[in-house]
Order: sequence, then structure tokens, then C-alpha cells
Amino acid sequence: MAILLNANSKVIVQGMTGSEGKKHTERMIKSGTKIVGGVTPGKGGQSLEVAGQNVPVFNSVQEAMAATGANVSVVFVPPKFAKAAVVEAVDAVMPLVVVITEGIPVHDTAHFFTYAQKSGKTRIIGPNCPGIISPGLSNAGIIPADITTKGSIGLVSKSGTLTYQMMYELRDLGFTTAIGIGGDPIIGTTHIDALREFENDPDTKAIVMIGEIGGDAEEKAAEFIKANIKKPVVAYVAGFTAPEGKTMGHAGAIVSGSSGTAEAKKVALEKAGVKVGKTPSETALLLRAAIK
Amino acid sequence: MDLYEYQAKELFATHGVTTQVGKVVSTPADAQKAAAEFNCAVVVKAQVKTGGRGKAGGVKLANNAAEALEKAKNILGLDIKGHIVKKILITPAEDIKEEYYVSFLLDRTNRTFLSMASVAGGMDIEEVAATTPEKLAMIKIDPLTGVDNNKALEISVAAGIPVEVQKDVAVLIEKMWKLFVATDATLVEVNPLVRTNDDRIVALDGKVTLDENANFRHAENENFVDTENVDPLETAAKAKDLNYVKLDGSVGIIGNGAGLVMSTLDVVAYAGEKFGGIKPANFLDIGGGASAQVMADGLGIILSDPAVKSVFVNVFGGITACDEVANGIIQAIEILKSGSNYVQRPIVVRLDGNNAEEGIRILKEAKPENVEIVDTMDNAAARAAQLAAGVK
Repeated sequence: MAILLNANSKVIVQGMTGSEGKKHTERMIKSGTKIVGGVTPGKGGQSLEVAGQNVPVFNSVQEAMAATGANVSVVFVPPKFAKAAVVEAVDAVMPLVVVITEGIPVHDTAHFFTYAQKSGKTRIIGPNCPGIISPGLSNAGIIPADITTKGSIGLVSKSGTLTYQMMYELRDLGFTTAIGIGGDPIIGTTHIDALREFENDPDTKAIVMIGEIGGDAEEKAAEFIKANIKKPVVAYVAGFTAPEGKTMGHAGAIVSGSSGTAEAKKVALEKAGVKVGKTPSETALLLRAAIK
Repeated sequence: MDLYEYQAKELFATHGVTTQVGKVVSTPADAQKAAAEFNCAVVVKAQVKTGGRGKAGGVKLANNAAEALEKAKNILGLDIKGHIVKKILITPAEDIKEEYYVSFLLDRTNRTFLSMASVAGGMDIEEVAATTPEKLAMIKIDPLTGVDNNKALEISVAAGIPVEVQKDVAVLIEKMWKLFVATDATLVEVNPLVRTNDDRIVALDGKVTLDENANFRHAENENFVDTENVDPLETAAKAKDLNYVKLDGSVGIIGNGAGLVMSTLDVVAYAGEKFGGIKPANFLDIGGGASAQVMADGLGIILSDPAVKSVFVNVFGGITACDEVANGIIQAIEILKSGSNYVQRPIVVRLDGNNAEEGIRILKEAKPENVEIVDTMDNAAARAAQLAAGVK
């Protein structure tokens, strides 16, 4: 078992014919993902030879879903067109939309997130995220598939490279699913959403949560863990040395006033009984101790 | 991107939000001249991108041009929370009956937009929220339907705006929302929004934050880029498209991915505690495709910071292949050595992930000067801190 993405997931790629789209479609196929099609308006009817496989291209998400039964879309569309692409996927009632695109204006994200919420049928992961991987089963996004294998740990993280680092630290244990939820101010899937799924997944034995400065998502997650999660959870928070008012790479990673600091997040998590590591390596050790 | 008050007010004027645009000047003589032209009492206001100007003595009333000259002399050059005042705004003084507060902002927690409004304007709104929360109306805004005149009136009423001016305030609120959407703002705040003695509604102050991700559809945002008050290294980095933030420590940091770099800063500061408080000198994320040129640009920026005593290159090869990173480091050092003002500093490298063994082999074979390979992130951070502390 895994969460949100499994061996039966049929994946299409919006923006597959672009350079990033093509490169990562190839990687996804090579890691065993069932890629059933791509969507590029105006290029319907063509097909793209990727990793020895002929992938059909469709004009719209709706056409692609009708022809292939796709239930996951990965979006590589440039920021300018991302809002239209996600709205299209929501209109086509796509169950899971993974938005990899970095640099989408937050007004656009607010629009498509609210639109998806009102539809009640589409879950969005991202934007500005590395995607989701259930090792050995399926990989929707850009997370390297060869870091580790199928196992018993669940991972949810705001940051891409820290996701990879943590998968590497715990590569001998393996993962049910790892989700990069993204570092933008508005994201479709939160720490809480992922924690809830991991709690309900019988194969996930323990959970690692990675947060970073900005917003109050980690504090909310701490409350949620205290009330709802019985499995062991350990956490890591990045950004203790970040100065107030300076954006640290991610659009959401900014400390404003006293809110959003790494220290506040650490305190909230520890109050909820979550052990918080000082470094990624120490966090991995805490996880090992927690499952002994 | 935060705007100065005068820039925010220019946007207000373009979008029909009633305000006092005034005149922005940078010398006491020009302040006097501006006040003389207004020919009435004026307010002299420091233009800095931080709160608490009033308390710091950055906002003064001047009854005439001569007083404006004196006030301007006092305010220009003032240090307000580390921001040196270089520009001041001169606006005609208003006769104020009441002060309100209105804002639109991004609400991360609820993943939508929010309007906050209060009759208790003119003071620190965090204080209002903490001490008299009943006086602060907070109304969620649906990004799909936005704010029409009914919604604007709802906000005005919820804030407790007196009935005589409720509608006038609502008109201004609706225009503020239009500005918020049209400019891709993440914050539009007016504090105070005043009711004058003759019942006009005027935005006396303005704070606007724009979303830089939306710059592609706002060519005009280029005018707002602050070139004066930015660290020269940050400016140089920006010119090379590097995501760099200057900090005040002595270990230069290069890494890939915002989260990993943030984490690297923490791990270095943590390791540095053992060496008398060694700290990171910068944040630098070279992103996914770390080519030799990007590595050279990054190392170049970091080594041109005289405060840097050692450098820590921390790469986890996800998409990036570590052999390319290794070649990048070697070529970067060659490029930098051929430059005129290259000063050697020890460089600690940690490579993990995609093709890490090959990357390490390449570095070991080429033996670039002053480069040390350390196996884990924690150990590498400790070594970089140790080197910055002058321990061999």
C-alpha cells in the first residue's frame, strides 16, 4: 500500500512536449510509472517517443482521460499558463493534479486552489513541488526514483532537496510514499492532509515531517498530530538562521515579525510530542529510535 | 516586493483610491520648496520599508516651509530599525476627525484572501488584534468572486465604520480590492484611513507588497526595484540570476534547493557554536542544473565577500548529477584563478546522491587547490566552521 499514488495510477503529463516535460516523462517511465498520455493544446493526435514507449498526445485533459482512463495529471506547464492548465484538469474531474511548475503568481494559485476545492473532486499537490513517489509503484513528478525503495516510512516535506536528503538518510528502511508539498504560500495538499493519509495507511509504520520557516502550517500540523496521529512522527524544520524579512528561496519561506520562525515551529511540534532533529541526520536517527 | 509609501500612494491614485500623493524629496531644501508650494501645514514623512516610523521620530508636522526645512534635516539620515532615511514625503496636513484601518492580504492559513478592517486605526494593528480583537473585523474573500460593492459594504459595516460614512468607505474598499487584484499584490494596507472634518475619506498612509512571481505580466514593476538600499553582493548575484541573500557570518554557503540550503545554514551555525559562534555568510541556492558557469558565478560572488573565511559546497544530486557538479567546481576554480582579484579560501565539498561516487573520484583525481571532500553534511559543516575559525 501507499498513499494517493499506487501501481494502478494512470498518469498523464500536461506540458509533456516541452523540454522539462519530456525529460521528466522519460524518468517517470523508467521508474515504472504508467504514463498513458500527454496534453499539449494543438498537438493532439501526435505521439511522442519516450524511453522506448509511444506516448499519445491529446489536445485536452478531457480527451486524454476519455481515451486512457487517466487518474493523475502532472503539470509542467510554464507559470503563465499554469492556472488555465489546472482549471482545465479540474473541469475534466481529474482526481489528482500534481503541479511541479515553479513561479506561479499566488493570485493564480488562490484561484485554481479555490476552484478545485469547490469542485470537491480534485486534489492538488503543489505548486512549486517535486511531486509524489510511491517507490517501486509509481512516480508522479521529479523525485529521483533510485534513492531508495519500497518500505515502511511515510515522508511529507515542504522542500524538494530535503526530501531527497531524508530519503537518502533512511534508504535502508525505504518508503511507502514521499510527498513534496511545495514551499509556496498557497499549496493544495498540506502536512495535515498527508499525515491523515499516512495514519490510515496500514503499511506506513512511522512518519517523517519536514517543515521550513514561514506561515503556520507546522504549528497546525502539531495540533493535528496531538489529536489524531498514533504512529510515531519525527520532524525537521529548516531556517533557524534565516533573518526576518528576507525570502529564503521559496516564495513562502519568509519570517515576518514574530510569526513563522523555525523556533516557534519546533516548540509547537515538541509540545505535541513530536521529536525534532537539529539536522537531517539527527532526525533520521530519531526516526530509527522511534521504531525500535 | 515591498513598496515605499510614496510608490503605494502613486498606485492608489492610479486606481482611484483617494489619497494625498504629495511630493517625494531627498534634501531639506527641496522639502522646504515643496512645503512652500503646498502653502499650508504639511507632514514630513520618512520613506523606509519598515514599521514604527512615527515612534522613531520619522513623521513630523510642519506648520510652514521653514519648519519643513528643519524637520526634513532631522529626519533625513535617521536610522529607523537599520533603515537609513534617504527620501522623505511631503504631504498637505489633513484635519482628522477619525482614523480607520483597512487591508487586503494573502491568508496562508486559510489558503485564500482576507480583509481586515477596524475603526481603531492609526495604531499598530497587531496591538489592536491582541488587546481589543472585537474591534478588528476579519472577513474571508473568495478569490473567485472577489469584492463587489455589497461585499465592500459588508466589510465597512463589520469594521464598525459610522453610518454617515459607511458607504463612502465601502467605495474606497472596493477600489482597494481592484488594485489588489490588478497589481498582483499580496498586501494592500491603509493605516490610517481617515475621515476628515469635512467628512472626506482619505488614505493617509499606504503599504503595498507585490508578488514578484507575477512580474511577467507587470512590466511596470521594474520601476519599483530598489537599487539604492540593496547589498552590492545581492545586486551582483541578481544580475547573474542567482538566488543569494547576504548574511553576517564567515562561512560561504553554496547548495542546491532552497530547503537544503536553509538547512545547511542551520547545520553550519549549529556546528559553529563549538568554535566561538561561527556563522554562515550567505544563502545561495544554485538550483537544479548546476553547470560549471553557475558554480563559477556562485563561487565568484561568495569569494568576493571579504568576510568569507571558508566555503561549504553542499550538493545532493537529485536531478543534478554530482559528476557535473564536480567538474563545475574544478572549472569554476580555474575561471576564478584567472581573474585578477582571486583570494584563496578553503572549500569544503560534500556530494551525495546521483553519481556521487563519480563526482568524488573526479575531485580526488584533479585535486583542485584548497578543496577538501568530507563525507556527510554534518561533518562537512563542522569542518567548514573549523576552517573559518582559523583551525587547520
